Amino acid sequence: MPEQKEGCVKAARGLIMPEAESAAPTGGAAQSQKEVSKMLARVGKEAPDFEANAFIEGEGFKPVRLSNYKGRWIVLCFYPGDFTFV
Amino acid sequence: MSTDSRFDHKIWQEHELCKMVEGGVPFPILSDAGGQIGRVYGVYDEPAGVDIRGRFIIDPDFVIRAMEVLTPEVGRNPDELIRQLKAFQHVRKTGEVTPSGWQPGDATLKPGPALVGKVWEVWKP
Repeated sequence: MPEQKEGCVKAARGLIMPEAESAAPTGGAAQSQKEVSKMLARVGKEAPDFEANAFIEGEGFKPVRLSNYKGRWIVLCFYPGDFTFV
Repeated sequence: MSTDSRFDHKIWQEHELCKMVEGGVPFPILSDAGGQIGRVYGVYDEPAGVDIRGRFIIDPDFVIRAMEVLTPEVGRNPDELIRQLKAFQHVRKTGEVTPSGWQPGDATLKPGPALVGKVWEVWKP
């Protein structure tokens, strides 16, 4: 992972389409609704890949790409927000 | 992963999480600002602008094995997450299948013609 120069806004790649692997980063207008709907997460199907900005204890700010964890068991958790109650 | 920024994650870790878990949570805390990733995982709540409580188990081949999605007011059960992980790992290793409520060490089922109509002989709830 390249060292991230810290600014206020730093875009991560976001969703990464399988066929667009070597093409330009996805996101925005270039990504049609149809393409996105083909990517919907479902059990028994390949996980949609993405790169997101992250905070990692002991390492600081780094982009994290889900597929870098291929070959290991991954638990991906979403939650409504930092400092929420549950 | 939540729609908060990485800056929020850092402050949350340093001011609250480290008081719940010694040293803070050891895994990356990801930012899904804008909800682009949550949409594809089916957990983005558009009106609220947040990702609701979703949990996905992904195997070493990058295939999603399990998903659990809750509205925000009820928390998860890590014991059930670990049970499912162990069950999927067992299945992957052995080709056996794990019946309802299976815990490591419990009997598993070996699917095949001989088992049809005979599950009651080997497994009871």
